[in-house]
Order: sequence, then C-alpha cells, then structure tokens
Amino acid sequence: MSFLVDSVIMFTSQVLFFGFGWLFFMRQLFKDYEVRQYVVQVVFSVTFAFSCTMFELIIFEILGALSSNSRYFHWKLNLYVILLVLIFVVPFYIGYFVVSNIRLLQRQKLLFACMVWFTFMYFFWKLGDPFPILSPKHGILSIEQLISRVGVIGVTLMALLSGFGAVNCPYTYMSYFLRNVTDSDILALERRLLQTMDMIISKKKRIAMTRRQMYQRGEDQNKQTGFWGMIKSVTSTQTGSENLSLIQQEVDALEELSRQLFLETVDLQATKERIEYSKTFQGKYFNFLGYFFSIYCVWKIFMVKFWSQHISFILVGIIIVTSIRGLLITLTKFFYAISSSKSSNVIVLVLAQIMGMYFVSSVLLMRMSMPLEYRSIVTEVLGELQFNFYHRWFDVIFLVSALSSILFLYLAHKQAPEKHMAL
Amino acid sequence: MASLDRVKVLVLGDSGVGKSSLVHLLCQNQVLGNPSWTVGCSVDVRAQDYKEGTPEEKTYYIELWDVGGSVGCASSIKSTRAVFYNSVNGIILVHDLTNKKSSQNLYRWSLEALNKDSSPTGVIVSNGSDYDREQFAENPVPLLLIGTKFDQIPDNKRNEVLTRTAFLSEDFNAEEINLDCTNPRYLAAGTSNAVKLSRFFDKVIEKRYFTRDPSQMTGFTDRKRFNFKSLHYD
Repeated sequence: MSFLVDSVIMFTSQVLFFGFGWLFFMRQLFKDYEVRQYVVQVVFSVTFAFSCTMFELIIFEILGALSSNSRYFHWKLNLYVILLVLIFVVPFYIGYFVVSNIRLLQRQKLLFACMVWFTFMYFFWKLGDPFPILSPKHGILSIEQLISRVGVIGVTLMALLSGFGAVNCPYTYMSYFLRNVTDSDILALERRLLQTMDMIISKKKRIAMTRRQMYQRGEDQNKQTGFWGMIKSVTSTQTGSENLSLIQQEVDALEELSRQLFLETVDLQATKERIEYSKTFQGKYFNFLGYFFSIYCVWKIFMVKFWSQHISFILVGIIIVTSIRGLLITLTKFFYAISSSKSSNVIVLVLAQIMGMYFVSSVLLMRMSMPLEYRSIVTEVLGELQFNFYHRWFDVIFLVSALSSILFLYLAHKQAPEKHMAL
Repeated sequence: MASLDRVKVLVLGDSGVGKSSLVHLLCQNQVLGNPSWTVGCSVDVRAQDYKEGTPEEKTYYIELWDVGGSVGCASSIKSTRAVFYNSVNGIILVHDLTNKKSSQNLYRWSLEALNKDSSPTGVIVSNGSDYDREQFAENPVPLLLIGTKFDQIPDNKRNEVLTRTAFLSEDFNAEEINLDCTNPRYLAAGTSNAVKLSRFFDKVIEKRYFTRDPSQMTGFTDRKRFNFKSLHYD
C-alpha cells in the first residue's frame, strides 16, 4: 500500500520536472526558433525530468522519506531509464539530426544514423578499458559496465567545470580584476570601426565602377573587328582584372580588420557594463561572494579532504551549480551565435547529453560528500564500482582544470590591456 | 568621400535567414557559394540605374549594410551594432519563410534600427516594445520586406505562408518579395520581383536626394542641371 502511495508521489514529481524542462526549452533555449521536431523537445524534457528525479531520491534518502523498499525500486528504475536515454536514445538522435543536415547523405538517413551510433558505442566501450573501474566478473550488458563508463565521462566533465568555475567565479565578480574602460575608449574604437567600413565601401565602389566600365567597354570592343581590336581587348582586360584582384585583396584584409574591431568593441562594452553592474547592490553582493568563494576554492585546491562533510556537500553543490550556470550561459550565447535553424536541434541534444551524464556522475561523487549513514543506498544500487577511483580522478582533473584556467585567464588578462593601449 | 554622395540601406533580419546570400545576389548577380555566419557588419555595393530608360537616368552606388546577429543577444552586442544604424536611407527586412519566429522578430528589428536613427527626420516614438501601425505609415524611411527559402515551402502550405506575409507587408507599409537566394531566376530582369526591387531602390534614391527642404533647393537644381549637361555631351 505504501509502495503505491510512494509511486504516485514519484510519478507526480516526475511529471512536474518534465513540465519544467518543457517550459525551459520553449521559453529560453528555443525562443528564437520554431520547434519543428517535437521529438527533440520531448527527449530534452525526459532527460531533465529523470536527472532531477535522481537528486530528489538522494534528498529523500537523507530525509528518510518514503519506505526504503520503494526508494530502492525507484532508484533502480530511474537508473535503467536514464542509462537507456543517455546511451541509446540521445546519441542516436544526435547522429540522426547531424546526418539530416548534411545534404549528401539525405537518402539513407536512418542507415547513416545507425552507423554513427555504432561508432559512438565502440568508442564509448573502449573508454572503459584503461580505467580500473570494475572487477571483471560482471557480464557485458550489466548495469555496472554502463554506469562505470558514463561515470568516467561525467566525472571528467564535472571536474573540468568545477575547476574552471573555481577560478572563473572570483575572476568575473571581483572588481579587482575589472579593467578600466572609459567612454572615450569605446568611442575611439567605434570611430575606427566606421572608418574601416568607409574604406571598404569606397574600394568596393571602385571595383563596381571598374567592372561596369569594363563591361561597357567590352561591349564596344565586340564591335571592333580585326587584329588590333583583339590585342587591345586582351591587354586592357588583363590590366583591368589584375587591378581588380589587388583591390579585392585589400578589401579582404580590411574586412578581417573590421571584424576584429567589432569584436573588440563588443568586449569593451561588456566590460563597461560589468563595471556598472559592480557598482549596484547586486553587484556588490556577488563581489563579496566572489571573495568568499575564492578563499574556499584556494583552500579546496590545496587541502582536499579536510572540511566537514555536510557543509562540503552543500558548498560543492553550489560551486558546481554556479559554474554549470556560468558555462551554460556562455555556451548558450555561443550556440545562439553559431546555431541556425539547422543546427539548433543537434546543439540542444548535445546539451541534454551533457546534462544527463553530469547528473549521473554527480550521484557517484556525492557519495564522497554524503555522511556515512547515507552512503549505503548508493553503494547497494550501483554495485561494486570502485568509488575511490572516481574520487581520485575527480581530484586530479579538478586540479588540472583549475591550474590551466588560472594560466589561461592570466594570459587573457595580460594580453587585453596591451591590445587596448595600442589604439 | 563626401557624405553627400552616400546612399545607405540596411539589411536586417535574424541569424540564418539568408541576408548574406541575398546581398551577394543583389550586388554581384551571382549566388553565394559558401555562406558563413556574419560577424559584425558586412557591406557590399549595388549599381542602381535610377530612372532607367528615361533621359534622367543616372547610376547610383547603393551601399547595402548586412548587420549580423539576433534580436535577443547580449546588450553589449546591441550597443555595438547601433553604430551601424546612423543616417540610414532605406531598410530591407529579411525573414525566413519556413520560420515564423524570424518574421515576428522583424518588428523588433525595425524598432531597433529606427529608434537608433540619428537623422532628424527619422523620429519614431515607441511605447516599450509595442508596435504601432501608424508609426510605419508615417515612417520616412522606405522599407522592403523579403522572404527567403521560398523553394522550401511545401505546396500545401504555400497559401498560408503567403497570407501571413501579406499581413506583414501591410503592417510595415512595405512591398514584399518572396524568393530563394540560391536561384537568380527570381530576380531576373522583367519579373515583378525585379520591378519591385527597382522601385524600392528608386524610392530610396528619391527620398535621399530629391525631397530636400525648400532651403536647400539650390543644391538640387544645380545637380539636375549638371546631370543634364553631362548627358548632353556624351
């Protein structure tokens, strides 16, 4: 009887998560596009719903809600479904939509999509070999084999993201790092940009005028018969076209310059807005958080296993959420820039894949941060995975990611004011 | 180059609708072989024969400014884009016939461009993002509506799409052209599309040069005399 009640609760919450994922898809991700393939929206919402359900189950575990039998059953069910989605459904659809974008392969879409999927499965399987993930007594399609591999990918992703977030979060919000940008800097750049556009226009006008004259002269030339007429037409068009190709090269160089100037101006505008934001109340609050987190992150980098487990659980979660949010926003912006109505489907599915793998592996890692008494359910459900391996792997990748982010941001920060001063 | 000699037309629309292909087709009379996404603004020049076939025929070089990006992008990109919207003489609004959102976004695009226009005659008042048809009726900047990817509409949806674009062109008080940027046949000489295009560019040139205030009338008559003279000695 209690099993039925618990199942109803789980089902309702899953429907709620599904609805939330659906709305997020429509309002945020796809607000500039028309949804023509509803399967993409459904797959995204399903992945989101089952990922959130896993977190919900962990919380229920800690709170002791629902009976432990039904919790165990729902854990298993959820894991099976999400593995099915992450390994079979989403990669297959990614392959299918990538193939349908390529014009040459339109005929045998399904066949090529299956080929892509088999290639994915091959590499996915090979991924598990170099890692000491499990003892060899398990069968091929057992749940442990699949989870271990998903776990490796997801843990790597999480460590990369949290390493980057640990460094980027203080860098973005702390005003110490904000370069000083004045309005006159921006105006000077804009003036240069417009001057470059004017030069491009005047050269293109010359090309158009010369082409027109050549065309008209060409018509007149056709009337000229005889030997000299032929020689004249050859020589004049030759110098004409050489001239044109020279001007065309200059135009190409100027266009490249205009693109760079545009991007620099956007960068300066963004910095100026960030400076203005840092003066507001919200900005100051995030600035304080930035200092706080930077101290915590530095500590985490150097003293990995020290802090009390309960607090570490929450803080690790917050860092991961903020870094995921920051990176997703940047990725979304990047994807808005490059995605057209053709590639939007593929990109959303890739996001769904990353999200799903990330959530599965965060369950593995949470075991480290969870107090001892709650670890048993995770261990029971997931079988005999070598959890220590994942913890060590996370720490290594976190360190590598944080250090390379520091290096990368240092170089970017160093380079920018020099470029700025060269104007 | 003197700013008096410039005719500037903006080409606006969502990312991926085909503005770069369209501009290439209009200026080079060729199909663009390898379209890639536009960073910032790309410009091209079209030779337009104003009043073709009459004794007042003159060649003007119209600048087509293809501004890349989407309506919903970061405000830093929007403020940078705004520098391209100065002293505009005409706007071509491009939308994708297979994507309804791109047509809806044209209202936001036109408001973004017209509100930034710094020339004294281009004053448009907008209540937030509410769109008002009367504004476009009195709008001094000529607009042209172009729908792309016409060949990709299935036959049974064609009427529905054409009705929708007819409403759109009424709202903007603009002519509409529906074409496929990879096929120059749609703009071949003598087609109604080519006539509409010519009419639009002529209107742009006319508004630019020949509808000045009475205080500048002398400049206008001088130019006309000059044109006539040059034709006479040709």
